[in-house]
Amino acid sequence: MERNLIDSQIKGVSTGTTILAVTFNGGVIIGSDSRASIGGYYVSSKTINKLIQVHDRIFCCIAGSLADAQAVTKAAKFQISFHSIQMESPPLVKAAASVLKELCYNNKEELQAGFITAGWDRKKGPQVYTVALGGMLLSQPFTIGGSGSTYIYGYADAKYKPDMSKEECLQFATNALALAMGRDNVSGGVAHLVVITEEGVEHIVIPGDKLPKFHDE
Amino acid sequence: RFGQLSSGSDMAPDWTMKEVSTGTTIMAVEYDGGVVIGADSRTTTGAYIANRVTDKLTPIHDRIFCCRSGSAADTQAIADVVTYQLGFHSIELDEAPLVQTAANLFKASCYRYREELMAGIIVAGWDKRRGGQVYTVPVGGMLVRQPVSVGGSGSTYIYGYMDSNYKPNMTKDQCLRLVSGALSLAMERDGSSGGVVRLAAISETGVDRQVILGNQLPKWSTA
Repeated sequence: MERNLIDSQIKGVSTGTTILAVTFNGGVIIGSDSRASIGGYYVSSKTINKLIQVHDRIFCCIAGSLADAQAVTKAAKFQISFHSIQMESPPLVKAAASVLKELCYNNKEELQAGFITAGWDRKKGPQVYTVALGGMLLSQPFTIGGSGSTYIYGYADAKYKPDMSKEECLQFATNALALAMGRDNVSGGVAHLVVITEEGVEHIVIPGDKLPKFHDE
Repeated sequence: RFGQLSSGSDMAPDWTMKEVSTGTTIMAVEYDGGVVIGADSRTTTGAYIANRVTDKLTPIHDRIFCCRSGSAADTQAIADVVTYQLGFHSIELDEAPLVQTAANLFKASCYRYREELMAGIIVAGWDKRRGGQVYTVPVGGMLVRQPVSVGGSGSTYIYGYMDSNYKPNMTKDQCLRLVSGALSLAMERDGSSGGVVRLAAISETGVDRQVILGNQLPKWSTA
């Protein structure tokens, strides 16, 4: 039993979640599961929404301590909308990610939350940024996070292609979430997906029984 | 017990003080007529790669192999014990041993000495009674038969790939592609797995071994 505890201390507490964000041709899809758990023994919520809208075309999803994540996103949402009003234009996705990064880095001792920021802006189109636990900011074509993500690194590396169509990307994200939820006991519930493009934002919810099934289910 | 051979000084590199571990990715798949097994080739002592061309696919009998993960010393010792026990049993019986027998011998040792051991083993092979079989004996000493099984530190990264790509009733070549694809993905992500991919296909006719070198591994768009 102690071996398992040592393992989770070394890996860091990125718990209870599977989140991902993937760019495609013309937009970005951000997705997550909907389970909140306490210590892996009790599911405190089956239907939590981990996709937070921080601006019209920018979403972020949270992994780690929910309390920390909610506090940080609340502060970030305010700073981003203030910045947008000052600049008199919609904020850049990078700016939003940067705000989150500043909060995470300057409070790294107290916080235990990681974020994925995804969105669309006029300057660079669809983008995905990761803000890791200590406050590192990284831009990637796609990224996965949370405890359930370890099980889908292989799948995501194998299946991701740049410039997918929206349908291909939806299939990729749905499959990845379903596979992770199938193996990680602290991820589960429904799959939340948000498709962000220049035109707008589309929220898709796939209940557990409608998720793709794999060979042993 | 966990990895410290001595409380060395700060001046000595950590690999002088760390136990040898096959931090690893191993995999085995059943097909109609046999099994395909595979492993990476990295053995580490802390951050030092003690052996970059390790053979983690160990023969236990003519048509039975095991894939080793965890402590190199523990798995080698257990495999030696089981090889002896199975060989003796097979001579007594005057016929080829069952894969299930080999698996149960592994389970017996791994369960009895579970507090002292750190070994995750996949037993796979072919016998006349049940054809190709894969049995997994993870840390703790449980035994369960599975059509496809992965193990070792790198295995967490390929559960999703395995779940989505495995289908029942695959051919031997499909299995070989599944295993080499999965292992190369795991080796890309797991720092404790790497080197070359060793494969073996075990069937009634014999054991067919191959090695896939680094530059010949399947490539993925992000890698």
